[in-house]
Amino acid sequence: MVDLSQNAALSRRHTRRIDSDTLAAWALALPAIIAYLLMILLPLLAVLALAFTDYELGARGFAFVGFDNFAEMLRDRTFAASIRNTFAYALFVVPLSIGIALLLAILIEDGARGRAFFRAALFLPVVSLTVAMATAWQYLLHPTIGPVNTILRDLGLGTPNWLGASEWVLVSLGFIGIWQNVGFNLVLFLAGLTAIPRELYSAAEIDGARSPWARFRLVTWPMLGPTMLFVVIITMTRSIQVFDTVQTLTQGGPNNASEVLLRTIYQEAFHYFRFGYGAAVTLVFLACVLVLTLIQTRLIDRKVHYG
Amino acid sequence: MANPAQTRGLLADLPRLVILTLASLIILAPFIWMVSVSMKPQSEVFSGSLDLIPSEFAIAENYGKVFDRVPVATYLLNGVIVCFGILIFQILFAVPAAYALAKLRFAGREVLFGFVVLGLLVPYQTTALPLYLGFAQAGLLDSYTALIAPFTCSVFAIFLFRQFFRALPDDLINAARIDGMGEFSIVWRVVLPNAWPAATAFAIFSVVAHWNDLFWPLIVIQTGDLYTPAMGILAFRSVEAGEDYGALMAAALLVTAPLVIAFLFAQRRFIEGITMTGLKG
Repeated sequence: MVDLSQNAALSRRHTRRIDSDTLAAWALALPAIIAYLLMILLPLLAVLALAFTDYELGARGFAFVGFDNFAEMLRDRTFAASIRNTFAYALFVVPLSIGIALLLAILIEDGARGRAFFRAALFLPVVSLTVAMATAWQYLLHPTIGPVNTILRDLGLGTPNWLGASEWVLVSLGFIGIWQNVGFNLVLFLAGLTAIPRELYSAAEIDGARSPWARFRLVTWPMLGPTMLFVVIITMTRSIQVFDTVQTLTQGGPNNASEVLLRTIYQEAFHYFRFGYGAAVTLVFLACVLVLTLIQTRLIDRKVHYG
Repeated sequence: MANPAQTRGLLADLPRLVILTLASLIILAPFIWMVSVSMKPQSEVFSGSLDLIPSEFAIAENYGKVFDRVPVATYLLNGVIVCFGILIFQILFAVPAAYALAKLRFAGREVLFGFVVLGLLVPYQTTALPLYLGFAQAGLLDSYTALIAPFTCSVFAIFLFRQFFRALPDDLINAARIDGMGEFSIVWRVVLPNAWPAATAFAIFSVVAHWNDLFWPLIVIQTGDLYTPAMGILAFRSVEAGEDYGALMAAALLVTAPLVIAFLFAQRRFIEGITMTGLKG
């Protein structure tokens, strides 16, 4: 009996502790919860609803139109170009910016000379204003007075209109994208590389991995697995969100050759005021990001050797 | 342990140095040309010469044009106000929430954390259209509020701080409770001072992201007085009809410089900050 009442008292005290904790916790989280509701959750639900309406900015009312907006997307050539370009851009930028970053990270990590300088130089684009740097690239890539074409001309090579010709514009924007992402991926790889224990390399060498390539294949690559997963997902998401360079340099032109998803959303909503349709395109954009994140987590999970 | 890399001779190190130097030159090219062209008179720019040092300097002319035609100082000030406004609210809202998620046992914790993870998956551009309509309805378009408010709840900050707070010893917090401190003072006087590495990392990540943002300011701002640095450059481009590269590069340099200089002074912190927060793009 004594035991029981003691237990009850204990558990009562326990419950009180949890209750006061619960109260304090919700009070502490309240500002964040309110901001989350107003700025993330409600707008997210609203964009879901908006995508199934024909709402236009300034219109008195709107009607629910089911999947009409999505059906229209299938016929919309600008949207088709937009989604094609966004993926082409990502498929160009992701492997190259990751491959180059990995190579440079291994080279930086491989010696002491100039390590700090190279790291800082390669990282600089990450902290630079994209719109301003895009303007610098516009000069570098200028068809007649740009240094790139001046050098090509001196070498007797062709001088394309990098940002003005539909066959080159995505390549040029992709190149700028790679330029932006290499430094970012590089520091992530550097962090991953320094976390690999040195002993593993010595052990691999004793086991007969004499060439640098063998050591890379046996130690670096598998140990870098988790970092690689992050870097792939981040670069993919960043690439699908390309907007600043396109808006600054080409406005989607020439002839939609550089139209991308975020610009289509911006254009539909704030140029044509078609918010319903813009919201539907937004959902496609969101779906792309979610599906890619999911696939990559699944795919790479299976191949990663967690250290 | 002897690291062969440290002791390697210059000759053996040469291939590595050559490749890294070439890569750095390509990466630095737009910066180098930006500085060079911002000092060149228009005639020299249009001659297409590859000389980096101008034969005739036009610094006063190019930079003068920028200051004459657009209020660069205002753009920079707006950038500072918006970035710090966002950062202060993000810290103010995220830190207590993260502490609750990390250290308190309470009903609804899993649900709240689930919402944090949901928020992490949604890129901020997704909510742009409804937010625009909301701000328009509230008559808040074209204001600092419109630039700052959407970013006040950073689920990423909550996630990051939660990870960090979980590693703090419970004894630290219990000792503060025994001293009679309430949960609010524990958050600000015990937990946050012990979380400076996470706070600096997040601050750098947040400022870099919002200083560079174009998408949202472009949507909600119409008045030149409220232009952020990114919008300022866009505006200057159209004012200048885009071909006066000397002045354009001067403007580009002026708005890029603040963050780049900050980076050069605190390289390690920046790189740590971005690495630590690298999880989120």
